[in-house]
Amino acid sequence: MHIHDQKVKELEEKANEIRKSIIEMLLEAGSGHTAGSLGMADIFTAFYFHILKHDPKNPLWEERDRLILSNGHIVPVRYAAMAHAGYFPKEELKTLRKYGSNLQGHPERTRMPALETTSGPLGSGLGQACGIAYGARMDRKKIRVYCAMSDGEHDAGNIWESVMFAGKNKLSNLTGVIDRNNIQINGMTEDVMPLEPLKDKYEAFGWHVLEVDGHNIEEFVNAVEQAKAIYEKPTVIIAHTIPGKGIEEIEFDPAWHGKPPKKEEAERFLQQLRTLGGKIRSEHE
Amino acid sequence: MKINQEQKLSENLFDKDKLDKLPTRDGFGKGLVRAGEEDERVVALCADLAESTRTHWFLEKFPERYIELGVAEQNLATVASGLANYGKIPFITSYAAFSPGRNNEQIRTTVSLSDLPVKIAGAHAGVSVGPDGATHQALEDIALMRVQPNMTVIVPADANEAEKATLAAAKTNTPVYLRFAREKTPVFTTENSPFEIGKANLLAEGDDVLIISCGPLTHNALLAADELYKKEGVSCSVLNLHTIKPIDKEAVLSLAKKTKAIVTVEEHQIAGGMGSAVCELLAENFPVPVSMVGVRDSFGESGDPDELIEKFGMGVSSIKKAVLNVIKRKSE
Repeated sequence: MHIHDQKVKELEEKANEIRKSIIEMLLEAGSGHTAGSLGMADIFTAFYFHILKHDPKNPLWEERDRLILSNGHIVPVRYAAMAHAGYFPKEELKTLRKYGSNLQGHPERTRMPALETTSGPLGSGLGQACGIAYGARMDRKKIRVYCAMSDGEHDAGNIWESVMFAGKNKLSNLTGVIDRNNIQINGMTEDVMPLEPLKDKYEAFGWHVLEVDGHNIEEFVNAVEQAKAIYEKPTVIIAHTIPGKGIEEIEFDPAWHGKPPKKEEAERFLQQLRTLGGKIRSEHE
Repeated sequence: MKINQEQKLSENLFDKDKLDKLPTRDGFGKGLVRAGEEDERVVALCADLAESTRTHWFLEKFPERYIELGVAEQNLATVASGLANYGKIPFITSYAAFSPGRNNEQIRTTVSLSDLPVKIAGAHAGVSVGPDGATHQALEDIALMRVQPNMTVIVPADANEAEKATLAAAKTNTPVYLRFAREKTPVFTTENSPFEIGKANLLAEGDDVLIISCGPLTHNALLAADELYKKEGVSCSVLNLHTIKPIDKEAVLSLAKKTKAIVTVEEHQIAGGMGSAVCELLAENFPVPVSMVGVRDSFGESGDPDELIEKFGMGVSSIKKAVLNVIKRKSE
């Protein structure tokens, strides 16, 4: 299914809206993970507005595709994409991390079933995605299971146990997406605990591996389409992303892993997003 | 002391030689097959211990519903979480030392906090594992599981009860931890003995002391109660507290009020186990003197199961001593 240029443009605009929401909600929350959330805005937009078979008005529709977020700390991007897709009112985004909110600091399925799983402790999402994919295959359900992971969480043994399991069982209805942004809390992934050669590792465990620019929506959508056509093994898409993408000051800076913007910063960032980095005039000018 | 006839216990209750002996893991194996027959959503996951957990009986009957994980207990829990999330009823089986030992956080986040009906079968619990030694003798699993919200914790007393508990666990919509033992132990309940999750079974009635027990040591508790009655004139109630969580408050408190002294018996650390759960309940509602029989802040070791039970102070004589000790404290 080729994606049309017009659709790509619409998705890029939507991703920009979602980035604005992320900045606004993190400012309001006063804590949270900025860089990873911004970095995955294009991919989550592609999921919720093009790839997933889903129904925001019937979130537990049995035939829906399942999107599992393993690195739960970037859940602001998912909340924002879900609100924009119509799962809940956008005003609710302002309750992120606040008492009584369904938008917990890390996602909880019992608070909001459409999140599918509860995550935060790293390395456990792929196993859950494997379980769902295995169960669906047992029942011959034609759903697809996607699992968004961080690169840093590939330090965890649980991930590699799941990588082996999916390879052994040839879970072709499962597609992993790795946010390969090269940073984690303590610094660069290759300094903290080298992951390369990541592609070779996955291939050795029986996966089909695709690498894309995680900010090129067309490339990502095409990779997801290609994964659907691989029948004999699971596919992982290594998406090279820029942490903090869209806000120059945040991009590539590990310091922005786990902190929210302050008020003046947020104003500056929102201005950047409104003007697409100075390329257009803000509607507020 | 009067045996409670409603419990339909074996006729040879106090004759260890005449009672059948089976490990509780056998009851699990049978129960799992029956659960699989009754509900096709039941699936079994195993971490390379199919035979010794008795999961291989399920594998033989339902190969298409058996999932082999290899020696990967963290994945065992997370894949099961995914299967339950999808709509299956997964049983995960390994030794208790590894599951819920090694994969405790995965169970916490992806099973308990996620509130998914994964059934965790922890085999080879307690020092009665015997020759394998301390590494394989789980003595802290009840503590690990009962502090997790949403989790039900069951420790069956014999193979019959283990089978019933397994079947009952398959029918609940909650996470459940089931604890099993390796060694053959007396089968003192019968097919007709009652079992309901959360409802403790009063095996014997007596006014002097209440012995609360769980797991195969419950038979030791009965033997101790019998000897105390015949030789010392001490009349004990014996309560089989197979479900540690949710605890049967009514049974424990009403019997505490009647006997005003309690002995707890479990093959587990004193800290955090069944006895602790009983003490938490008593402390807030009706404090009475308690003596606890169990392992005291120590790891196990290699040996014959019987000699280890004696060494760690959980034999019949230790239970009798605890009863006599608590009676003294009752009058203080």
